Amino acid sequence: METIELKINGRKRTLHCLPNATLVEVLRDQLHLTGTHIGCDTTQCGACTIHVDGDAVKACTVLAVRSDGSEITTIEGLAENEASHPMQKAFKACHGLQCGFCTPGMIMSAVDLVNKGCAVDPAAIREGLSGNICRCTGYQNIVAAVLQGASEMQEQSS
Amino acid sequence: MSGSLIGKSVLRKEDHRFVSGKGRYTDDIQLVGLTYAAFVRSPYARADIKSFDVSDALAAPGVIAVLTGEEVAKDGLGGLPCGWMIHSKDGSEMRQPHHPVLAADRVNYLGEPVALVIADTQLEAKNAAELVMVDFEPLTAVVNPATASQAETLYEAVPNNLCYEWELGDEAATEAGLAAAAHVTTLKLTNNRLIPNAIEPRAALAEYNSGTDEIILHTTSQNPHLVRLIMTAFVQIAPEHKLRVIAPDVGGGFGSKIFIYSEETALAWAAKKLGLTIKWTADRSESFLTDAHGRDHVSEAQLALSADGEFLALKVKTVANMGAYLSTFASAVPTYLYGTLLAGQYRTPAIYVEVDSVFTNTAPVDAYRGAGRPEATYLVERIVEKAAAEMGLDPAELRRRNFIGRDQFPYQTPVALEYDTGDYEASLHKALKMADYNTFSARQAEAEARGKLRGIGLSCYIEACGLAPSQVAGALGAGVGLWESGEVRVNPTGSVTVLTGSHSHGQGHETTFAQLVADRLGLPIEDVEVVHGDTGKLDFGLGTYGSRSLAVGGSALSVAADKVVEKGRKIAAHLLRTDVDNIDFDAPVFKMIDSNESKTFQEIAFAAYVNHDYPSEELEPGLAEKAFYDPLNFTYPAGTHICEVEIDPDTGVVEIIQFVAVDDFGTIINPMIVEGQVHGGLAQGIGQALLEQAVYDDTGQLITGSYMDYCMPRADNFPDFKVGMTCTPCTHNPVGAKGCGEAGAIGSPPAVMNAITQALGGIEIDMPATSEKVWRAVQTMPALKTA
Repeated sequence: METIELKINGRKRTLHCLPNATLVEVLRDQLHLTGTHIGCDTTQCGACTIHVDGDAVKACTVLAVRSDGSEITTIEGLAENEASHPMQKAFKACHGLQCGFCTPGMIMSAVDLVNKGCAVDPAAIREGLSGNICRCTGYQNIVAAVLQGASEMQEQSS
Repeated sequence: MSGSLIGKSVLRKEDHRFVSGKGRYTDDIQLVGLTYAAFVRSPYARADIKSFDVSDALAAPGVIAVLTGEEVAKDGLGGLPCGWMIHSKDGSEMRQPHHPVLAADRVNYLGEPVALVIADTQLEAKNAAELVMVDFEPLTAVVNPATASQAETLYEAVPNNLCYEWELGDEAATEAGLAAAAHVTTLKLTNNRLIPNAIEPRAALAEYNSGTDEIILHTTSQNPHLVRLIMTAFVQIAPEHKLRVIAPDVGGGFGSKIFIYSEETALAWAAKKLGLTIKWTADRSESFLTDAHGRDHVSEAQLALSADGEFLALKVKTVANMGAYLSTFASAVPTYLYGTLLAGQYRTPAIYVEVDSVFTNTAPVDAYRGAGRPEATYLVERIVEKAAAEMGLDPAELRRRNFIGRDQFPYQTPVALEYDTGDYEASLHKALKMADYNTFSARQAEAEARGKLRGIGLSCYIEACGLAPSQVAGALGAGVGLWESGEVRVNPTGSVTVLTGSHSHGQGHETTFAQLVADRLGLPIEDVEVVHGDTGKLDFGLGTYGSRSLAVGGSALSVAADKVVEKGRKIAAHLLRTDVDNIDFDAPVFKMIDSNESKTFQEIAFAAYVNHDYPSEELEPGLAEKAFYDPLNFTYPAGTHICEVEIDPDTGVVEIIQFVAVDDFGTIINPMIVEGQVHGGLAQGIGQALLEQAVYDDTGQLITGSYMDYCMPRADNFPDFKVGMTCTPCTHNPVGAKGCGEAGAIGSPPAVMNAITQALGGIEIDMPATSEKVWRAVQTMPALKTA
């Protein structure tokens, strides 16, 4: 067992894990943060996307021990004080989800796209989300949601 | 207030939990004392099992038990059954090989489970699974469906690997039509094999309580009651009252989570046998190998036309791949969900179809979004478009000449169905307008000037949904009635709990069904909660597939809500000391017709449960009503899809320039949700046409077994779709709804392929139209005039 320290959703945690445990396994099985999902085993679907030190990362492909000392945000910690994050609100408002399974990863990727200034138009959003697979929506309403969420995020920060 | 919620794009009630990470899918459930299972699977497509040696696995760290196919056989578990009996043209019953929960002596497809290992952690279970020594003796596999009936026999009781040789229609009349034709168009095509790929992999968590002898199985199912029925009545794991099946939040299904699989069944059996709580979650590789695949037809067809383009006859011969075993609904897909749809939207007077279903050493094939109807639509709409090109007619005009007219309903087709209503001209007209069809040639010329190839393709589809009128389904061989049940349970303070046998795994029932009931009762939608997916909460239900939830499950709720109103009127009559005939329900108020006295819905609810002044000799207390709704006919959603593509001849890359879908789903409760369903269906249909294909090599190894090899549609594969609606309400259910879940996947593939065929100057390629295939086709075209 290895010991690691993480700051997860604003809270410091000391964890013991196997050296081969992935970050997503630790989040789901030890911390019960089950909003981060596992949809594949080849880093293709993006359902496990979280933020590690401000970057969108697929948590199925990171060993937990590699994240020692990192600051991590999952879907559960995206919004502050129980309110919804503008991107979460936009996904609801635009019907940007159906079964909801890809949704947390999609939202985490979308927020990262906006933070990096890459959500400028529908084509850029489509390209930016090509690492997240959704089988339900046909993506159209997700793109609309990201556009709306981006504009609300920009309004909040300005 | 009644009528105020129907047709409104109410935002979804279920979304908050999904966007905030609070959804509760099967793998999210953590219980005290949880153990984990991993399956040992066949590495061969076909092999004899000579022996099992589990000693190393049992000695591995954390391992609690190892169970093999031999224990399954010893415990006398039944096989996994197929629910639809099909009879061959000679009257004989279809042949159904035994489908064991875990194989004991022979494996028949790659990935077939033969044993499961249970350990304290998932990692320990997976590691130990690799230590189970199975002595396999590989055998030659039969992989290609087209030649399977001439290949080595796989099952002694299944000569020529033929499950059945089925026919429908009038062969003599069809031959006469072909003989009398001025023109006959012929077409050979393959409907490519697909892997459903719901993003949530299948999973199960089985708990056993030895104190009560009850098993609780949490599983990724579209129909938990059917899971319970089959596990109890057929596999005989436990009596029905000792097995509770819960399908919590389910991350997409598309058909693949209808079926009763080995893994979930084995887990329920093992939990009871060992007295454990066990969880298994498929990894994506297991999903690729063992989720029931879809489509996989090889067909030949002839369409007979008169000199002026009137369809005279259609003759079809199809070979359908069943895979290694008959999955739960598999036999019905290429027969009653396929042959019956070959009339399409047309008056074709004579149709004859033969379907040979064959077994191969591949994963079982069953219903995948559309299930039989996409295969029928693909064949009809490809051959109609080809006939138009051959006869020099505009494809829209040829269709128009053969449409069933809006004044010809109800319309009996020559392939068993009676369409209740429709207006095919209306959706064609609207779609042509939305696609600027009339100005296409200018866009084509402009593209040609840039050295690009443009094509436009139509598809006028029909589907039979709302599965299913039980008597009709029974006559066709269904093992169960296909009605749906629902309950409207008014709570004492007037809020309402709605229970439905339909299951939502993305369709938004928690909103649509709440809208339906809230509207009928005149309540705010916030006061109506929808409960589904738990055999412990609702008596019975048939689940969600075949675009049936609103048309059948919604109709049951509509009837149940009417019963609530009727009982409410009686209670109101008592409270107001008048006759029930003197009470009118003006939602949400029960009013006396001949006075201004009234009772609110809440007052009636309260009185039903807790009032001392209640006529309990004449009327039972309580205000909860159940209804079973058995439809009188299928529903027939229909529409026109138009696709415009541009091909880069240098690379073979196909770009979708525009995609127009105009659909008639009858009455729509929530347009936002319906459009979302259309978008999703289109992505899967266009995915089939351009990207997706399951490929086995000659030895039965799956060479598209991950997202690295199987091309999933992604956000940058599509433009925005243009979606429009027309409406002819269903004539025989109380909601007027026809169903919308599958239309996108049914209508779109032929539209895409017709567009590509046109762009390629008539050269035919099979789906998926990958850039390599398209580029090779381009090389056989006359040289392009580039600007």
